[in-house]
Amino acid sequence: MPAALAFDRITKVFPDGTHALADATFAVDEGEFVTVVGPSGCGKSTLLRIASGLTPATGGKLTVTDPNLGYTFQDATLLPWRTVGKNVELLCELHRVPKAERAKRAQDAINLVGLSGFENFYPKALSGGMKMRASLARSLTLKPKVFLFDEPFGAIDEITRERLNEELMRLFLREKFAGLFITHSIYEAVYLSTRVLVMSARPGRIIASFAVPFPYPRSPDLRFEPAFAELTGKVNHALRSAHA
Amino acid sequence: MSEHRNDGPGAESRGRHAIRSADRAPAPGSGGPIAIIGQEELQAKSATASPRRNILRDAMPPAIVFILFLLAWAGYRTFVLDRFKRRIVPLPWTVLTRGFTTAGASKKNPSELITGIKITTQVAVTGLVIATIVGVMLAVLMSTRKWVENSVYPYAVALQTIPIIAIAPIINIILGSGLGARIFTCVVISIFPIIINTLFGLKSADAGQHDLFTLHEAGFFTRLFKLQFQAALPSMFEGFRISAGLSVIGAIVGEFFFSQGPRGLGILIDIYKSRGLYNALFAAIILSSMLGLVVFFAVTWLRKIVIGRWYQAAR
Repeated sequence: MPAALAFDRITKVFPDGTHALADATFAVDEGEFVTVVGPSGCGKSTLLRIASGLTPATGGKLTVTDPNLGYTFQDATLLPWRTVGKNVELLCELHRVPKAERAKRAQDAINLVGLSGFENFYPKALSGGMKMRASLARSLTLKPKVFLFDEPFGAIDEITRERLNEELMRLFLREKFAGLFITHSIYEAVYLSTRVLVMSARPGRIIASFAVPFPYPRSPDLRFEPAFAELTGKVNHALRSAHA
Repeated sequence: MSEHRNDGPGAESRGRHAIRSADRAPAPGSGGPIAIIGQEELQAKSATASPRRNILRDAMPPAIVFILFLLAWAGYRTFVLDRFKRRIVPLPWTVLTRGFTTAGASKKNPSELITGIKITTQVAVTGLVIATIVGVMLAVLMSTRKWVENSVYPYAVALQTIPIIAIAPIINIILGSGLGARIFTCVVISIFPIIINTLFGLKSADAGQHDLFTLHEAGFFTRLFKLQFQAALPSMFEGFRISAGLSVIGAIVGEFFFSQGPRGLGILIDIYKSRGLYNALFAAIILSSMLGLVVFFAVTWLRKIVIGRWYQAAR
């Protein structure tokens, strides 16, 4: 599989001297779902900001085969003055997609994330999980080839989070985007991904890589199987050494 | 589904299992736990929607305050003031019976007051509209570049602090002594809160939302109209509300200095004072403050229409 997104010795030093990334090298192939775990403040989010072009890297080479990127932020970043339907239409609006097509794509995306019936709700009436679904739907309207997730479910309770993980996996299998996912949760990382990368404390480097062998679609009960526990244990050990 | 949520801590694993099996429901959105939270919230909202009879309950406290105020006024006049001052300060009910009518004042008084309200309202509303347009445009300019903000800011503050009486002669030379000069005075007095609140509002969209617009290559005007202005509306309306009251003050102050042309409430106040028509004087003062209230509540109502659907405090 060719790489959809490749980092080649990417470094990032902020103007205040903070050394966020040092020689980060890895690739996300097409059809792959890669998760990065690492200590707080190790530059995981910076990785995504560089991949999307929001922040320029100070060194190294970034290769993005398709500029059509989806990006889900830590919070849903919905616009409170727009209804769910209008929020989901926003990106198509910014890219000047004609009105009828825009409405159709928004409706499809809303159905896909299970928010049908909530189109006319304002964000303030939604729970955290529903806001995140709306945010996912918004990105889906552009049918991204590469999807970046910056700890999207970090602030959501565990049960809802597991459910959203299962739905995200369904989306991944159906839409076939390449995923780059940032999280603090090892369980989430192993459950979702084809590969888990462990990042060191700042300046961030990739210090370990684990292939996840479980076939898709994965059952929710996979989380309680011994092989799953064994792998999360290994990732946990690598992460502990990253903190040191 | 809500029964599962009510399970005690001892039943944790049972409740958890029940929800997780519901998670596997094939059709998403067919009523999982998340959807139910949303519906509960919706019901709560419709239950608190205010029926019409609440208006009476809302009007009661200010009405009581008003009556207490009138009693204090009457008491002060009757028991504290000496005989001479008692002639100047009328009883509240005399103002009502005589100040607003021809009795005790000039014969054409009632129509005079009505014309006065019209003229002052015209000046105040025109001034407020101009202040809004100019103030918002200035704030947009100031929000684009830090150096523009830094160079304009001191003058915006100066508008607020400079006494009108000091610049009245200059206004007189340039704009004359009629409606134009009054409108200008009104703009000077009411523009500052609009500039400051709009500027604050334009900067209040959060960084994540800006990232989203950057990511999708939104141009200056797209960002301005689809993000910044929308995010700014709540604080812009706070500015408009403050300026609404100020615009009436500005119109009346303007009339004190620039009295050529049609007579507004400010000019009437001046005339009644010099002629010793104290009932009418108090009537004109009461009308002035009521005009301020009406303009304020009109802007508040407008705010509810524009942002009430999504902005909680504007309901």
